[in-house]
Amino acid sequence: MGLRSFFDKIEPQFLKGGKYETLFPIYEMVESLMFTPKTVTTVAPHARSYVDMKRIMTYVVLATIPCILMAFWNTGFQVNSAYGTFEPSGWRVWILQTLGIGLDANNWFANMAHGALYFFPIYITTLVVGGIFEVLFATVRKHEVNEGFLVTSMLYALICPPDVPLWQAALGIVFGVVIGKEVFGGTGKNFLNPALTGRAFLYFAYPAQMSGDTIWTPVDGFSGATNLGIAARDGYEAIITQGTTWMDAFIGIEQGSLGETSALACLIGLAFLLFTKIANWRLVLGCLGGMIAFSYLLNFIGSDTNPMFGMPWYWHLVTGGFAFGLAFMVTEPVSASHTNMGRYIYGALIGFMVVMIRVINPAFPEGMMLAILFGNVFAPLIDYFVVQANIKRRAKRNV
Amino acid sequence: MQDLISLAVKAIFVENLALSFFLGMCTFLAVSKKVSTAIGLGISVMIVQSITVPANNLILTYLLAPGALSWAGFTEVDLTFLGLISYIGVIAALVQILEMILDKYFPPLYNALGVFLPLITVNCAILGGSLFMVERSYDLTESVVYGASSGFGWALAITAMAGIREKLKYSDIPDGLQGLGITFISAGLMALAFMSFSGVKL
Repeated sequence: MGLRSFFDKIEPQFLKGGKYETLFPIYEMVESLMFTPKTVTTVAPHARSYVDMKRIMTYVVLATIPCILMAFWNTGFQVNSAYGTFEPSGWRVWILQTLGIGLDANNWFANMAHGALYFFPIYITTLVVGGIFEVLFATVRKHEVNEGFLVTSMLYALICPPDVPLWQAALGIVFGVVIGKEVFGGTGKNFLNPALTGRAFLYFAYPAQMSGDTIWTPVDGFSGATNLGIAARDGYEAIITQGTTWMDAFIGIEQGSLGETSALACLIGLAFLLFTKIANWRLVLGCLGGMIAFSYLLNFIGSDTNPMFGMPWYWHLVTGGFAFGLAFMVTEPVSASHTNMGRYIYGALIGFMVVMIRVINPAFPEGMMLAILFGNVFAPLIDYFVVQANIKRRAKRNV
Repeated sequence: MQDLISLAVKAIFVENLALSFFLGMCTFLAVSKKVSTAIGLGISVMIVQSITVPANNLILTYLLAPGALSWAGFTEVDLTFLGLISYIGVIAALVQILEMILDKYFPPLYNALGVFLPLITVNCAILGGSLFMVERSYDLTESVVYGASSGFGWALAITAMAGIREKLKYSDIPDGLQGLGITFISAGLMALAFMSFSGVKL
């Protein structure tokens, strides 16, 4: 019996009047995972496109693959390097040694395997706990469970620090899914990025586990600041004196959250999203432009007391979460501005804010997360003014 | 000059009256359904704020503060206990005048604001502005800057809120949360985003 005919056979039980009517969203989720949804719009206008929501979301997940691979390698590399001086311990070490993979920081496979043992517990927790709440809401509120959650959970897992306690990861994703998205009615109806909402919630609720120098490499006793942390203290030149070249930071051999360290991997993902036209290039251009312009301005102003003023734009690009946010969060269509002019402004606002927070606000060494949330808050207003300006211009033209 | 710019930036973003002190919430939640109305209310709060804070500053310096009445010969008198009631009185009087002006010259805005304009009288953001002025002992120039910029910060917050609420019209909000419930949640999430400024030292 083919899978299709199996679905066809059990489908009536989930439709209205069927035995498992209330479980329809779950049935729909499994079915659309296997097959292209066969529902079409019933009333005009009909827009024909091969890119439906399912495909968009799948493409975004595909685009994160370079980041996931780098997350494996870099996390493993940092931990294995730290085990040169610190005593290896924990169940991951036991697994790796039992399987004979070892803890050699020069062996790329050992690094990948070790990193995967950090990534998967966080990702699976996120997926299961967040998924339960997503399905719960979908069942009660009778909307579809869609692939949007796959994207949210993947992005969320990639911006967690490797050392995050699993219960906190679970709490964060629940906050992101429920308060960031589901109370507004699900995918496409929210105004903040759900993954970032959850991450920001964790950041402010549990600062001890979410910031500082000891969380980026999950080895007891190891302390390593992120490059932005170093730069905030001693200026960006200190990153180089500490032994990290620009190329290292670009490729992603540095301290940081799981998937955000590698600007290269993020840019590969971004190129894919731009090529498939899922990401809007205006957002990217605006954000890069805002960041470059404002960091030039600050370089020009200079400061005797704050070394961050001198940080050039190409260091801003490769450190912290800028590249990751640029590729996957600034370009998120739901929470961004929807008008073309608005997209430039929205992007530029985020680019400006991220440099502003990194340089001028000593409370946060990294600013991408809060900058994007700030942009999200103002995105509808930007649209409003763009639309009003358009109305005014056209009214003037046709008196 | 640099001090005044720092003060303005601080009042607009870092210590935003609506989103970090949660002052003026009743009007913030009630009049943020449409961007155009929100802008109108924001502007009137800004105007009221930039008139009342300096006015109250003058009253404090020349009538209420300890020794302020020395020009009239009462060197020992300290009338600061009359502070609250005189600030409210000044605010109420000024709002009445503003209302009459709006009614006369900008009737559409007057109609759009409706009952909320008189409500500015009891808006805690306005009184809060005056009390912050007293607590932080601003001088006259500083209170002009502080009044205008804290009002602007509040206006910015309510306009952004209205933008979000216009977008949320297309959302599918659970029955129990419709109206004020979701607005409270949105305001909280906005405050989360405004945390990006907390800690800025100027």
